[in-house]
Amino acid sequence: MIDGLTPAVFFIVGALLLPFLREMPRKILTLLVPVLGLVHLFLVNPLDQGILQFFDYSIVTLRIDTLSLVFATIFHIAAFVVALYSLHVRDTMQHVAMLVTAGAAIGAALAGDLITLFVFWEVTAVATVFLIWARRTEHAYAAGMRYLIIQMGSGLLLLFGTILLARETGSVEFSQMQLGSVATWAIFLGFGIKCAFPLLHNWLQDAYPEATVTGTVALGSFTTKLAIYALARGFAGESLLIPIGAVMTAFPIFYAVIENDLRRVLAYSLNNQLGYMVVGIGLGTEMAINGAVAHAVNNILFKGLLFMSVGAVLLRTGTAKGSELGGLYKSMPWTTGFCLVGAASISAFPLFAGFVSKGMILAATAEEGHWIVWLVLLFGSAGVFHHSGIKIPYFAFFAHDSGIRCREAPMNMLWAMGIMSVLCILIGVFPGLLYGMLPYPVTFIPYTLDHVVTQMQLLLFSALAFTLLMRTGIYPPELRSTNLDTDWFYRRLIPVCTGFFERLRDAVGVKTVAAGKFLVQRAIGLIYHAHGPHGVLARTAPISITVLWVAVLLAATLFLYYL
Amino acid sequence: MPDSVENEEKEDKEEKDYWLERPGNLNKIIYGLFAACAFFALLDLVLPRHSVFAFEAWPAFYAWYGFIGCVGLVLVAKVMRLVLMRGEDYYD
Repeated sequence: MIDGLTPAVFFIVGALLLPFLREMPRKILTLLVPVLGLVHLFLVNPLDQGILQFFDYSIVTLRIDTLSLVFATIFHIAAFVVALYSLHVRDTMQHVAMLVTAGAAIGAALAGDLITLFVFWEVTAVATVFLIWARRTEHAYAAGMRYLIIQMGSGLLLLFGTILLARETGSVEFSQMQLGSVATWAIFLGFGIKCAFPLLHNWLQDAYPEATVTGTVALGSFTTKLAIYALARGFAGESLLIPIGAVMTAFPIFYAVIENDLRRVLAYSLNNQLGYMVVGIGLGTEMAINGAVAHAVNNILFKGLLFMSVGAVLLRTGTAKGSELGGLYKSMPWTTGFCLVGAASISAFPLFAGFVSKGMILAATAEEGHWIVWLVLLFGSAGVFHHSGIKIPYFAFFAHDSGIRCREAPMNMLWAMGIMSVLCILIGVFPGLLYGMLPYPVTFIPYTLDHVVTQMQLLLFSALAFTLLMRTGIYPPELRSTNLDTDWFYRRLIPVCTGFFERLRDAVGVKTVAAGKFLVQRAIGLIYHAHGPHGVLARTAPISITVLWVAVLLAATLFLYYL
Repeated sequence: MPDSVENEEKEDKEEKDYWLERPGNLNKIIYGLFAACAFFALLDLVLPRHSVFAFEAWPAFYAWYGFIGCVGLVLVAKVMRLVLMRGEDYYD
């Protein structure tokens, strides 16, 4: 183990080697890199921070503390499972992009200064866009372009803030910041874009469902959770985050209910899950930060699992639309089972992962006396069960039989989903495994009678609501549709406006030019009339007339003189 | 091609008898859900509950909050559809 070496290097080197390998060594390498990285992470001397000098600034490439270690560890696990999930894919570009994404996310989580963070931040943006473009459809190309522009914007804000901060404080260290100066606001906004704050969120729902089957899983695991880490590191206890997070938990679930593309439903649901973490970070107490970090870890597991199961459906049936699917439990029983584990975990059923982390954030919110936010989060919890817990498995695997008969998912996908399922249940049953990794000592006890009974009440009555709405036909059917969101502004309003101005230019412009031409032609005509070959002023007058005119002028002068 | 069609037909004929599809079984699940709802709601009357907020202590608060929340969610979402829903190829 080389001290001071960030594990990101393993991923970058691995990614550079991949294009030169045949299929079998390629498979081994993609699985081996995360394992090597993780072993390295735990064996390396945490005191050697891999410091480089960059002009006057110290670049800390390897900061291992309790907060960064949790994220770096879960990113390694996610990288391994994603590699396993995509083992069958014969597209080197995707494997390279996936390794680089994972490596950059790990590098960013271990970055001790803002410059290193910025570099890895941008690398994740560039690498992930290839996971979208790898779908190789026109939609994916356009969505990837929009995604890249927004992600680059996030990076530029981070760079802008970093430069200002370095000028103000003389240091680029990445540590706790206070909102107040332009520099910290820029960094906060940069983080906020990547974290899908309300109104800055729509790149997530726009791009994720356009990525490849395996690409979406990678996207969902790294990008937004990196933003959560960055917020927890830089803005813990920033009270502005509490209302922001509360809004994030509430509004996406309305969209999730009416969305037809199940991967887009999951993207809205991911947005909602991020809201819990943002509230936790905003509260800033030890229990709240623990809850946010624990929920980020769990989210990588169960959201990854859900994206994987819907991805397997997309791979086998060619669609992820609720309106086309149904009855797949007959063809894909294993995938159905894994999806149900993911659904139970994200809904926070007792004995599943979400229960032990979401409860912590709600308890921390109650402890601080934020009762409105607490009610919003509780509403979000019921809503999550409604759209992620019930809607996803119901419309994909049950509901009316769509008649689709397909093969079960490939073995490597089943193993990947199996590992995630086991982790979800392990953490749910033995929360100590997760709690031991958290930044602060855990005082929260998840399995109290109160917590179990109240959570079961909430979930069962949500299920009851779903059942009754379904039976009475009130529940909105899955329809092939697009729902307008903030992307409307840049996908429709701006093009419409530019179109209008183009037409305006055409309409007004053409007339102005015509009028101008007419005037110029008239002017030329007049000048020609006067100065042309037969013009008045071009005539050559005989000398006698000139003498006569001179005599007249002299006479006039004399006459004026004598007056 | 004819081969695969034959195979599919064969699979259809051989399709198993699924528990979920037998008449009455779906109702069993629904009645099970009703029973579980009643059980956990009634537990509230028996168990001493600790609550942080006063309203949390109202009888079966979580139960009706979850129920009303979800019904409200769906009804509001239905109204949103009237305003926000467009054709699938809206942006194309």
